[in-house]
Amino acid sequence: MTGTAIAPAGPDHRAAFRPATFGDVLRSEWTKLRSVRSTFWALTVTVVLGVGLGAVISAATAHGYARSSVSGKLSWDPTAVSLDGIGIATLAIAVLGVLCISSEYSSGMIRTSLIAVPKRGRVLAAKSLVFAVVTFVVGEVTSFAAFFAGQALISGHAPHAALGDPGVARAVAGAGLALTALAVLSVAAGTLLRHPAAAIAAMIAVLFILPGIAQALPDSWRNPVTEFWPTLAVGQLTTVHQSAHTLQPWPGFGVMCLFTAIVYAIAWTLLDRRDA
Amino acid sequence: MIEAHGLVKRYGSTTAVNDLSFSIRPGMVTGFLGPNGAGKTTTMRMILGLDVPTQGSVTVAGRSYRDLPAPLREVGALLDARALHGGRRAFDHLLCLARSNGIPRRRVDEVLHIAGLQGVARRRAKGLSLGMSQRLGIAAALLGDPAVLIFDEPVNGLDPDGIHWVRTLMRAQAAQGRTVLVSSHLMSEMALTADHLLVIGKGQLIADTSVEEFVRSSSRQSVHVRSPRAAELAARCRQAGATVRAGTGPDVIEITGMDSAEAGRLAAAHGIALSELIPVRASLEEAFMELTRDSVEYQAAGVTR
Repeated sequence: MTGTAIAPAGPDHRAAFRPATFGDVLRSEWTKLRSVRSTFWALTVTVVLGVGLGAVISAATAHGYARSSVSGKLSWDPTAVSLDGIGIATLAIAVLGVLCISSEYSSGMIRTSLIAVPKRGRVLAAKSLVFAVVTFVVGEVTSFAAFFAGQALISGHAPHAALGDPGVARAVAGAGLALTALAVLSVAAGTLLRHPAAAIAAMIAVLFILPGIAQALPDSWRNPVTEFWPTLAVGQLTTVHQSAHTLQPWPGFGVMCLFTAIVYAIAWTLLDRRDA
Repeated sequence: MIEAHGLVKRYGSTTAVNDLSFSIRPGMVTGFLGPNGAGKTTTMRMILGLDVPTQGSVTVAGRSYRDLPAPLREVGALLDARALHGGRRAFDHLLCLARSNGIPRRRVDEVLHIAGLQGVARRRAKGLSLGMSQRLGIAAALLGDPAVLIFDEPVNGLDPDGIHWVRTLMRAQAAQGRTVLVSSHLMSEMALTADHLLVIGKGQLIADTSVEEFVRSSSRQSVHVRSPRAAELAARCRQAGATVRAGTGPDVIEITGMDSAEAGRLAAAHGIALSELIPVRASLEEAFMELTRDSVEYQAAGVTR
């Protein structure tokens, strides 16, 4: 047949293509996360702060143990002390979580991403899942390293904990879990607020400033606030010695998960409805 | 094939796109033309599912963009060449897009080759010139070997070599039977690239026509005449029904509504000697400006008219 110089619509191999799957989007988000330098640096800071600062805090408080009061000795929690560094390292995870979506908004990459994956929920789900898994792995490695380093420095100066002691393994593994919940919350906050600076400021407020303000409140106000404030409540998961006016470990973690779920649901809805 | 039915987009009280209906066919380059702020980008964003239309609908290959099973395999788009993460290498940028639609890794190398970017594949995006970013954006659009291509002002920032490359690429893609929609605010660019034109102004469709037809219908023709007896010829032309304006000198007139052959015959019939007889065709750019004059959003006072 002649006169068919112009091919019919589309190249012939298109027949071979399959629908994009959630697995494809996961691989895409993993590629995105590993291909920017901020990921490497933020995770390095998490490990260094978590283990390094934890070691310094452990050594310092263990040396002060002998001089501390009776009540201080009664509430001595070597596990929690060795995990203290991770409390500061959360900031690195929060920043990275916020950035992994808000940097897409500030650069305009989000439009390219949503053209590639117009089912927007998939982008958010894949991004948070990938980041949560990475944080979980790094978080657990950091917690266990911080725990063993801390106990090594504490022993000889103060009573130290062993992984087999009641509640200790839960607290150490819990530190990685708490970090993972925070990772998901950060991605949700970044999606919700879109501007990196605004979202990072919001995370700092939630993590550090609002709990700080709560400390200044009178007891009758402070106790319920510190008990249920999500980022404080989740802290119970990483302690062995529960003090008064605090939730039990798993309910504390539950409060954090619930809070994260609410923010995530709002972020999901807005991402789907807003013009990108 | 891209089809829009009664597309409307309002941002608060501003109407960016107003009741736009069109159908963009495969096998040709369709130029999407309009002054800045006419609603071209908004329309493209609605086609690509980034913006939700206030009213109306638009489909690609018969489906709403969000319902395409593997969007990059069907539609390739370049909206903003700088819309990428500056810290990511060119190769990785393409790889994460390819992955999202299950496109094999080797295709990334192919499109880098097509776009002439092999040399900068390992470079981070912020280190690319605007022209290279533009090529990277086009490479990304070609990743899925899609049947529909959408480019928003693709020649912006390109050097003459790059402009030629984009034009050739678009023509070749259309010749392979693909649907190519390309926006521009430059008529001259469209005259060289497009087969069909969609002209919009202030969010409304002004013309949906072939380039040839557009040129024929909208370019005003006039005849420039120089003659020692210009005044007399002007009178004769007016009698014959033409419109005559004074030219640049006392012996020069500009005639419209009569072609140069007629004007020459008329002069000969009355024994009027002519020293110049030149048919003048308004440029496409002028025709376009004429057409969209009422719909230019920001007009410099005193410059136009």
